[in-house]
Amino acid sequence: MKPPLFDYRSPSSLDEALALRSEYAYDSVVLAGGQSLMPMLNLRLARPAVLIDLGRVAELAEISELDGGVSLGAMARQRSAERSDLIRERAPLVQQALEHVGHPTIRNRGTVGGSVAHADPAAELPAVCVALDAELVARGVAGERTIAAEDFAVGFMTTALAPDELLVEVRIPAAAATFRTAFVEIARRHGDFALVGVAAAIALDGDGLINDARLVFTGVGLMPVRAREAEASLVGTTGDAAALATAAGLVTGELQPRTDAHASGDYRRRVAGVITRRALEEAMP
Amino acid sequence: MTVEVAVTVNGQLRSTGVDARRTLADFLRHDLGLTGTHLGCEHGICGSCTVLVDGASARSCLMLAVQAAGTEVTTIEGLAVDGELNHLQQAMGDSHGFQCGFCTPGFMMTATELLRENPRPSEAQVREAISGNICRCTGYQSIVDGILRAAELIGE
Repeated sequence: MKPPLFDYRSPSSLDEALALRSEYAYDSVVLAGGQSLMPMLNLRLARPAVLIDLGRVAELAEISELDGGVSLGAMARQRSAERSDLIRERAPLVQQALEHVGHPTIRNRGTVGGSVAHADPAAELPAVCVALDAELVARGVAGERTIAAEDFAVGFMTTALAPDELLVEVRIPAAAATFRTAFVEIARRHGDFALVGVAAAIALDGDGLINDARLVFTGVGLMPVRAREAEASLVGTTGDAAALATAAGLVTGELQPRTDAHASGDYRRRVAGVITRRALEEAMP
Repeated sequence: MTVEVAVTVNGQLRSTGVDARRTLADFLRHDLGLTGTHLGCEHGICGSCTVLVDGASARSCLMLAVQAAGTEVTTIEGLAVDGELNHLQQAMGDSHGFQCGFCTPGFMMTATELLRENPRPSEAQVREAISGNICRCTGYQSIVDGILRAAELIGE
């Protein structure tokens, strides 16, 4: 099918974009890379009165150093993030996850902020943001605020952004570089939506004991889901086979994914345990 | 709502008014008559409509024509050099890399980007690169062969 009729606006600055967002709010949708929105328009699942295209807002496309961490402008292309030396050094989990996002052609156009703001529960980048304690910067005409990644999704494909706000930046703290990380997911075919995926991050102390662990899952709930019991079980261990098996078992017990057309909840739960172990094995030294 | 769009397509500047909701794919096919770009699924799954936008592959069904304003777009019609098949086109033909030909333009544009970035790809890299393109006839083996053959021709 073809996109419905809409008014097209192409602001050339962030201020102009925010003014448009403020004016049209719920009647508008924001076009970032279009790799999720364009299918929704073509299928007429989205019928906005006004389309605000951020493609000309150059100031949102930067990837830069920030307080020892890294700042990703919301319009930074996924392909740029995938190839960024800074991200490789400071937040390798982002690149580990991006390998699973669609295909190279999709990542050429898709943006970091677009994926985060779209908040699909099967999407990789929202889970990565939670795992790395990212701060998401929202801006409206009235000003700016930061939202902890964990508080960003409030429901199925619904975020804490107000209708007159834009997600402008993803800030990954310096601590992200101290995590050992892995991203593992199971999809029908590589690049398809994940049935289940996990972003794993662990930090080791000087004695080789795990002192922080994150296990954030995609595809098992309405938003990224942390397996807190499993995370806690890893702390204080050396991450040996027994500790990994315990964590995997807790994941299987603690997650409650739903059944849908793509996989049963029980299958997802079991697979979540298996990929927990695989991800932790990959992340451990 | 009509918007003015100036875009360079296969080296030629095209300037015209288009409906804001016109996809790049429909703009190429209906407004410019470049019907080599094929539309399969129209929601970004099949890869048939892949073109290059400033050298980077993109699904033309997932872009509005107006988003392409100011860019250089290359379509399947832009691959031949002075009327002669380029290495990729020649190699795909030699390897029987297409049957019905519907998916071919998308594969060719995706492979064009791959071979420019990585002129000597491994078979695994070729398969990864074309993972977003669907072919329902050939089973992919002859397409992979064609792309690997093109890499050989380019290297010679």
